Amino acid sequence: MALYSDKVMDHFLHPRNVGVIEDANAVGEVGNAKCGDIMKMYLKIEDGIIEDVKFETFGCGSAIASSSMATELIKGKPVEEAMQLTNKAVAEALDGLPDYKMHCSVLAEEAIRSALEDYYKNDPEEKE
Amino acid sequence: MKIYADNAATTKMSRTAIDTMVKYMEDTYGNPSSLYMIGQEAKEALEEARETVAKVINAEPREILFTSGGSEADNQAIISAAVIGAKKGKKHIVSSAFEHHAVLHTLAKLEKEGYEVTLVNVHEDGLVRPEEVEAAIRDDTCLVTIMMANNEIGTIQPIREIGAICRKHGVLFHTDAVQAVGHVPIDVKADNIDMLSASAHKFHGPKGTGFLYTKKGIVLTNVIEGGAQERGKRAGTENVPGIMAMAAALKEAADKMEQTSPYIKGMRDRLIAGLKAIPHSAINGDEEHRLPSNANFCFEGIEGESLLLLLDQKGISASSGSACTSGSLDPSHVLLAIGRVHDVAHGSLRLSLGEDITEEQVDYIIRSVGEVVEYLRSFSPVWRDLQSGKAQHIL
Ligand SMILES: Cc1ncc(COP(=O)(O)O)c(C=O)c1O
Ligand code: FES
Repeated sequence: MALYSDKVMDHFLHPRNVGVIEDANAVGEVGNAKCGDIMKMYLKIEDGIIEDVKFETFGCGSAIASSSMATELIKGKPVEEAMQLTNKAVAEALDGLPDYKMHCSVLAEEAIRSALEDYYKNDPEEKE
Repeated sequence: MKIYADNAATTKMSRTAIDTMVKYMEDTYGNPSSLYMIGQEAKEALEEARETVAKVINAEPREILFTSGGSEADNQAIISAAVIGAKKGKKHIVSSAFEHHAVLHTLAKLEKEGYEVTLVNVHEDGLVRPEEVEAAIRDDTCLVTIMMANNEIGTIQPIREIGAICRKHGVLFHTDAVQAVGHVPIDVKADNIDMLSASAHKFHGPKGTGFLYTKKGIVLTNVIEGGAQERGKRAGTENVPGIMAMAAALKEAADKMEQTSPYIKGMRDRLIAGLKAIPHSAINGDEEHRLPSNANFCFEGIEGESLLLLLDQKGISASSGSACTSGSLDPSHVLLAIGRVHDVAHGSLRLSLGEDITEEQVDYIIRSVGEVVEYLRSFSPVWRDLQSGKAQHIL
């Protein structure tokens, strides 16, 4: 048995949406105080839809896989829907994470939420 | 290419050790406590193994107690010294901040029972200073326990000097030599050692076998109660195949140390030189006073678990002190003890070579680590901040 599921390994080895969006209109960065990992999300939101998303992660395999999966789950989705993304959904989409690695998926949820909060701050109009 | 570069975690058993083990499972399988032939043969074999082990570290056979490994030996040594101390009203122990958890957790247990523990500082070079050990010794100190070689960064401590200080002050001296036995020459008499722990699986013997050397006259306290095996100091039917294989592996390692040690060291130095060329990297621990097999580095801006997983993809087995690899999510206490900050400890890599390592493999490791570090940095927000000047480089 490997440490991680095939899905996790796939997203870890071939992360989707890696990088930076230079003209992002929402950026969020969060860290886990305990393990020290840091995740940064860049969103390009147009008309309430997440047109593009990219991430940068300083962290473990499951943190990288969680960021990658989370970006896939919100890309092309309305902001309200992305706001609802939970770490559980990320972990499930990855076919599960070891118990002590669940917090890595929390980081992904928080990074997206932090970026969306940044978006609302920049465009207060958008907030209903 | 498949390269096992985690020999500090455990080693592959040698052919001699495996063959010896099988012989004592298949042929001489008797219980050493039984009076008939096949039992007595096992008993004799056990005593031969005791002699072999004793000789390698210049001890007497009766000073060797077989255990289930390094952890048990550490536990028993420390507990025994604590019991001896308590009888004289001495309940203070000196150790260091970067000991193995088998030592640190035993000390923590004793603290709960009313003992006092002073952990001396480990300097940036990964070395304990004998004069600081001396300064920590008090009138009520019953034990000094300092490891011979650190399991993460491989630094070799000034054991002989520390031992001499302990003798001068009449304090027992234990050393966890689990990483050193079979890899560097040890002479318990010249090195002033009262108690020493060792583990077979670190020198190409089997897992679950080890020994504790205890200088004549020091009374051990049982950790395992029951039968009268091991002069009544460690109950349980002896692990004859394991012990025999351990003795065979140790003799083999000691016999060829003069050849293998410089070779491994040469390969390791090539590895160190190659890894140093990676920008913003640094070796952990002194380069001179270090196990021949150990190279331990920190790379800024990356995390160790992802580094290990990617190296594994390239066929390289290694280890890291990153918080993310620990389960407890705490970064390595060893790297913190030598002053590495959490972020930097995160990007640590330990490579511990075996004697079968080749130049080609070393070059492959250097190339692979370089590629993986560069790749992980390419999407690390921490690295971006370091590069843009938003954060300051430490390494
Ligand atoms: C320095 C040190 N002490 C103690 C131990 C524990 O040895 P064992 O695994 O045989 O219990 C180890 C091995 O992990 C070690 O490296
Ligand atoms: S271990 Fe911390 S994010 Fe994975």
